[in-house]
Parts: sequence; C-alpha cells; structure tokens
Amino acid sequence: MPAIETHGLRKVYAPPPARGRRAGASAPQGVVALDALDLEVREGEFFGLLGPNGAGKTTTIGILTTRVLATAGTAFVAGADVIRDPVGVRRRIGVVPQKPNPDRQLRVRENLVFHAAYFGIPTAAATARADALLEQFGIADKAEAKVEQMSGGQQQRLMIARALMHEPDVIFLDEPTVGLDPQARHDLWDILRAQHRAGHAIVMTTHYMEEADTLCERVAIVDRGQLLAVDTPAALKQRAPGGTLIEISVDGDAAPVAEAARALPGVLRAAAEGPVARVYAPKPGETVAALVRAAEQGGRTVTNIHLAPPSLETLFISLTGRKLQ
Amino acid sequence: MTAGAAAPRQDTLAIFGALLRRDARVVRRELPFFLLRTTLQPLLVVFVFGFLLPRMGFVRGGYAGALLPGVLAISITLSSVMAIAFPMIVEFGVTGEIEDRLLAPIGTRWVAAAKVVGAVVQGMLAAFFLLPIARLIMGPIEGLTVAHFGIVLLLTVLGAAAFSTFGLWLGTTVNPQQIGTMFGVFITPLIFFGCTYYPWQGLSVVPVMKYLVLLNPLVYVSEGMRAAITPDLPHMPIGAVIAALLTITAIFWTLGMRSFRRRALG
Repeated sequence: MPAIETHGLRKVYAPPPARGRRAGASAPQGVVALDALDLEVREGEFFGLLGPNGAGKTTTIGILTTRVLATAGTAFVAGADVIRDPVGVRRRIGVVPQKPNPDRQLRVRENLVFHAAYFGIPTAAATARADALLEQFGIADKAEAKVEQMSGGQQQRLMIARALMHEPDVIFLDEPTVGLDPQARHDLWDILRAQHRAGHAIVMTTHYMEEADTLCERVAIVDRGQLLAVDTPAALKQRAPGGTLIEISVDGDAAPVAEAARALPGVLRAAAEGPVARVYAPKPGETVAALVRAAEQGGRTVTNIHLAPPSLETLFISLTGRKLQ
Repeated sequence: MTAGAAAPRQDTLAIFGALLRRDARVVRRELPFFLLRTTLQPLLVVFVFGFLLPRMGFVRGGYAGALLPGVLAISITLSSVMAIAFPMIVEFGVTGEIEDRLLAPIGTRWVAAAKVVGAVVQGMLAAFFLLPIARLIMGPIEGLTVAHFGIVLLLTVLGAAAFSTFGLWLGTTVNPQQIGTMFGVFITPLIFFGCTYYPWQGLSVVPVMKYLVLLNPLVYVSEGMRAAITPDLPHMPIGAVIAALLTITAIFWTLGMRSFRRRALG
C-alpha cells in the first residue's frame, strides 16, 4: 500500500474579504496554491518535496495531514481517505510542524504522555515510551522542564519525539531544519535516517538542496503549485543541464551577455533574465573570463559571478528560471 | 508496519477524556492564579458595596441580598469566558499549539466540546469559591437561603455553559491584537448592564433599558441566582431564566463550533 497517493489535488485559497468593494466590481480571484497534483510516495520511502517559499509544499502537507481542506482531487494516506476519513488518517500519521508548537502549559514529558493519551495509549506505556524517546534524542534531562527552557533544536527534537509517540506509518516534516544551527541540523538528519531505517515512511518539505540530496530516496520538485519533476536525486541531477552553471550579473540588461555567450566555444546553454545571464559550460574558468570581457566590451560592469556545479539546484533553476532560496 | 501498533482502536470517549484530563492538569497547576484573576473583581465589589457602604450608611443593609446573586453571576461569567476565550486566542493565533489536539484521531468538534466542558467546570469552581467568601465579608444577609441548592447548581451549570460557548465564539473570532479592547468593550458593559448590582424589576424606572438588557445573557444568570438564593427579592420566573440560558447556549454553541472549525481547517 503506498504511503501517499494523490490525484488531481487542487487548493484555491479564497480571496481576502471584499471590504468596501464597489457593487459590480469584479471579484478578486482566489490564490491557486496547488494545481492538479498527482503524487505517489511508496511504503517506507523517504520522500522530499523541494521548492521555494510559496511553491505549495506547506499546502500539500496541510491537506495530507487533514489540516487544510482540498478544493478538488483525492488523497490517500496509508490507505485512508483524507477527505472522507480524516480521523483514520490522523491515526496513521505523525506531524512535525514548521515552527515547534509544543503544549506550553505542560512539561516536556507531559507533552509526550498526553499526546499518547490522545491516541488512546495508557499512561504507563506512554511514560515508558516517552522516556525512551527523550533518552534517544538527548533531552532526557529536560523531562520535567518547561518547554520554554529548551533551545530551538531541543524543541524540534521534542516535536519529532511527539510525532513518534503513537508509532505512525507516515511521518510528515515541514521544513524541519529551518532556523537550526549546523550541528543541530546534522543531529536531526541522523534522527531522521534512523527513523527511516526503522521502517517509517517520511515525507519532508525543504528548500535546502543538500538536505533533499543527502536524505531523500526520491524528490519531487514543485513550484507555483505544480509538480515539475519526481525522481531519485541522482537521476534528477543527471537531468540537470550539463556543465557548470555560471550566473553572471551586470548593471543593466544581461541579454547581450547571453547572446555573446552562445557564440563561445563549449557553451551548452545561455539565457538572460533581467540583469542576470545564466550560462552552462563544461570549462567554467575559460568561459567566465570570456563572459566578463564580453560584458565590458558591451559597456556593462559585472556586479556578481556565481558558479554552481550540476546539482538539484541547477536543475531547479533550469526548470523554473528562479532560485530556490 | 500496521496502523498504530502501540495504539489500540481508540474510542472517541477515551480521547475526549484525555483532552479533559489535559485541561484539568493545567487548571490544577494554575488554580490560585485563575481564582485570583476571576474572583478578585467580584470580591472587591462585595467589599465596597456589601461591606463598606452599608457600614457608612450610604446603602441600606438589605442591598447585600440583591448584590450577592449578581456578584456570583459576574464570577461565573468572567471565569467561563476567560477559561476558554484566552486559550483559544493564544493557542490558535499566537503559538499554534492547539494543533497537537487537532491532530488527535477524533472529530474536530470534540476538541472544541472538551474546551467548553473545561470552561464550565472552571466557572463552577469560581462560583463556589466566591460564594462563602462573599457571605463572610457581607455578614448575615437577610433572606439568604441555600435551601434550593439544586437550582443554584443547575443555574451555575447553565450560566457557565452560556458563557463558555460565548467565549468559544469570541476566542475563535477575535484576533489577538484586539483582546484587550474585546474585554473592555464586550465584558465591562455586559457586567454593568447585567442586572448584577440591581434586580431587573428595578429597571422599571427606565423602561427602555428594562427591555434592552434582555439581550444581555448575564441578566438571566443574575436573575436566576436571585430566584435561587434570595427568593424574597423581585426576580424573573425561574422557567424563563432556564429557557433563556438554554437558548443562548444553543446559539453560541452553533456559532462557536462554526468558527472553531473554520480556524481548525486553515
């Protein structure tokens, strides 16, 4: 049974209330956050949703976790229908939110034990499991503390422990490492890898390329509510345009620079968008020198140069024409 | 993996019970602050109008009998509204921490219902904490009786239910920045025009007001309490009071559930 299956999933957010709008004026259009999304995540898979802010990742997670009503389409999580059986879905999922939202009125261990109680797990069993998870995540010394006495990274780990309390089939994480320092981020990665090995399907949104690359078995690239590509990170990287991406910014229109780039030997692709020219070339050193010369001959000053080897990032830019972050 | 290996098939009531236990744990921890917050104002009213003024000779001794039911009604109102409106505003708007309970395998309306039940209990706690203290401060009160304790209990539950559901609606409708204004603008007039410091019958001196205040739910709690503990004073018929409180509860239950669901489904 797939962990997740969606068909034609669509979400349109209602326009803001029309206060003071004149009668007869046309109604503002709703915002299309998700446009006909077809997605399948396999049982036990570590799956990444990669895209910039506003791509529709959080909306997707919201619908799959029963917290957002879909406008159209169908979605199943571990076999349960998100629309017809939201309670059945909740029983099968664990959710780690974008921003830690522990129950601040409860102590750390209580957060876990009460969460388990909401899933019908008796207190004794819940307490034992809570202590084991706190120990495993290195926050056992905080069991009796108030949640605000924990650091951001510790609160994030508490959120993961909470999501695991009722042994869900599918774990959802929405941008779990935003705001964490590098050490905390790597600790979190280790925890997630271990959960994946233990058999949980994991669905994670991120706008960090390397996170998707190192953790996920398959990655879906989404932008503006649409699915652009789904594959393993390795296969996606192969689909990236060959060569190194050279992004060269000038103090004006970059079109002449892209034009000049196409005439250079070895250049695979070149395109301009406003003051930025994006050029793919196998020997970036030579090409950069030639591009700078070409820009200066055209009366432009180069303001920035950025090199990126073939990666999910270069694929993303070639698919969407914009950067992830 | 099978669904919920550690979680046996939960029935709704067990989860509802867990939601209530969570609130009970929090209330127990907060109880002194909660009682202080919700009964200080009524107790100060009792002290000034029920102790100082009669001794100064500005009001007649019999006034205490009219005041006590009203003060009881105020404490029920304040505590029930605060017990639900504040957590709603904070947990939905500021911290988002209600999500944990919204993700429990139970219908969303049960989460709201648990909050209402918790707030009713807190309203009752405040009332039964206040009653003996007020009696001590005021001294003997002419015509005070606890013979109809069953009615007192019923009215406390109904009054707390009316204001808990009102608080549910308020807390899921108002945005966090307006919370201060909300209490000043909504609750204060409610208290002053709630027949708390005077019996409804007395408003015959300003007939327009007498009928306008009927829109105020607090009027029915005050008048009902008068019927129950100081029945010699003028008061509304108890049947009318009960009918009014049931109607108000039904209205705000419907409105509150609707706005709770709207907030829960982002």
